[in-house]
Amino acid sequence: MGTVSPAKKLASAIFLIGGAALLVIALILDFTGSQFALRGWMLIIGILAVLAGLYFFPSSSRHKGMINIIFLFPLLFTFAVTVIIPLVLGIFYSLTDWNGIRMTAFVGFQNYAAMFNQPSFLWSLLLTVLFVVVNMIMVNVVGFLLALLCTSRLKGIGFFRAAYFLPNLIGGIVLGYVWQFVFNNVLITLIGNGISLLSNTNTAFFAIIVVYIWQYAGYIMLIYVNGLVTVPGDVLEAAAIDGANPIMTLFRIKIPMIASTITICTFLTLTSAFKQFDVNMALTNGTGSVQNFLGKYLTNGTQMLALNIYNEAISKNNYAIGQAKAVLFFIILAIVSLVQVRISNKKEVEM
Amino acid sequence: MKTKMKTGPFIIIMVIAIIIAIYTLMPFILVVVNVFKSAKGEFGIANDPVGLKGASFAQLGDNLSRVINNSNFSFWSAFGTSALITIICLVLLAVFGGMAAWVICRNKTKWSTAIYMVFIASMIIPFQVVMLPLISTFRDVGNFVGLKLLQSIPGIVFAYLGFGGAMTVFILTGMVKTVPYDLEEAASIDGCSYEGIYFRIIFPLLKPSIVTVTILNGMWIWNDYLLPSLMLGQNGKVKTLPVAVQAFVGSYVKQWDLILTAALLAMIPMIIIFLIAQKQIMSGMVEGAVK
Repeated sequence: MGTVSPAKKLASAIFLIGGAALLVIALILDFTGSQFALRGWMLIIGILAVLAGLYFFPSSSRHKGMINIIFLFPLLFTFAVTVIIPLVLGIFYSLTDWNGIRMTAFVGFQNYAAMFNQPSFLWSLLLTVLFVVVNMIMVNVVGFLLALLCTSRLKGIGFFRAAYFLPNLIGGIVLGYVWQFVFNNVLITLIGNGISLLSNTNTAFFAIIVVYIWQYAGYIMLIYVNGLVTVPGDVLEAAAIDGANPIMTLFRIKIPMIASTITICTFLTLTSAFKQFDVNMALTNGTGSVQNFLGKYLTNGTQMLALNIYNEAISKNNYAIGQAKAVLFFIILAIVSLVQVRISNKKEVEM
Repeated sequence: MKTKMKTGPFIIIMVIAIIIAIYTLMPFILVVVNVFKSAKGEFGIANDPVGLKGASFAQLGDNLSRVINNSNFSFWSAFGTSALITIICLVLLAVFGGMAAWVICRNKTKWSTAIYMVFIASMIIPFQVVMLPLISTFRDVGNFVGLKLLQSIPGIVFAYLGFGGAMTVFILTGMVKTVPYDLEEAASIDGCSYEGIYFRIIFPLLKPSIVTVTILNGMWIWNDYLLPSLMLGQNGKVKTLPVAVQAFVGSYVKQWDLILTAALLAMIPMIIIFLIAQKQIMSGMVEGAVK
């Protein structure tokens, strides 16, 4: 396959040797504790030079393999450094006395035991499960009803779809503050009793649910609309000729035919509600009093799991316990995901 | 055959749709109304957060100038940082993601399958489980090799490439599969180099899916709060818009004239983009979910 030009050979050699040399020097500087300012740049240029050397590698039979490596490198490298390594470290740290900077001892499952002895954590766990269940049902029901509305013969349907979807565009932090204003100022003025929904734990939890549905139902609606328009028109027509009324058509034809869409939406709302953080932080920051939970007085009445993990580590500086909670968080999500994959695979086989 | 709906039910459905639209748009409307008003006074935000009395363009200008020029918010700097990070990440994710997807899809080896499986499986990893070690790793590795990875834009771009890669590769792989292999063989016979096949033939054909991943990644990166707040710091010099809003609200508790103006400024870019590319954004969001 083709001859290799000497220029390419030379370029490859220069890049490979030069790059490797730069890498080695940079690493020697790192390991000897040198504070030479350019050593970081030497590392980056070294890596790029080695990649360039691979690109010019003087063998056409190997060329394909070299390109494969170069093409995979950027995402695989960033992925390994930002996801895989921290994940492994995180699981390891959860078994130590890590304080965010260094660890001195291996403590086994002590962190896990400690977190299950915190009533505030158990409260957050319970609250999150409740939040997830309520939202999974509510967001899907509301989203589905909106989708029915947006597939009926409305005028200006494009406007309504966009208007219902709009809340999903804006980040939870900004929305949380806007809703805080709505609850604390607008509603008080309109109703006139001077008590904000956010000032009481139960109603504040209800408020978070309302905001979450408001933000997420429009998105779920779009997915249901996408499912509903795939229901073939002739099937609906046949049903109409056979004398099916709209409600029968809905339950006997439309809903069974979009079963896979329902699975997708259920899973989406489940994982997203479970990870809820931004709105929780901006709206109530987890505050709210609970008079008696497992014999304790709690001040984190509306704090959900993700926020609990954040506060444990960042605010209270208990990194190891925070990390142990995060690992539990991950395990729960992994189990839920596996169950979901199982269910949807089974459904696909049946169809 | 479409049967015409009777006028009665049609009006009822229209009214319901309009009421719901008013509800979903209400918070936005309230923000817009109140940025025209001052905090105090008989018709100010505190006493009358609903009515239009007391609203004036002069007050809007006053609110805007107090927020935009505020050193606790520094809108232009935050906006620039957010835009820069988002754009760099979107371009790199599209290019690198397409490259990786193509290699994974066209090489049916044990390695490529394993890499693909790891990418897919990693999508269930929540940010919370990696965030604490991520920060310490970036700090320690950065100090070790002499690169500033925290409180720096390149560092945060690096992290977004790592977190966004899996989903991007997943969606783009689905697209690469639909490109007929004959096309690549023909190009190869015509003398196109292996890497040229990707850039000249595959990448242009991936455009519809590139739009989808760009929308999904763009919405996520632009609105993300937790990652930038941890990596850039609440009080650092470099801030993204959500972090700046959070820091601003912290220093001006309950000063709604300032907070709502900041919220409006943070929302406007996204709303403008939505008005321009409404169809693409809505279909992109659906495609991302359905796949």
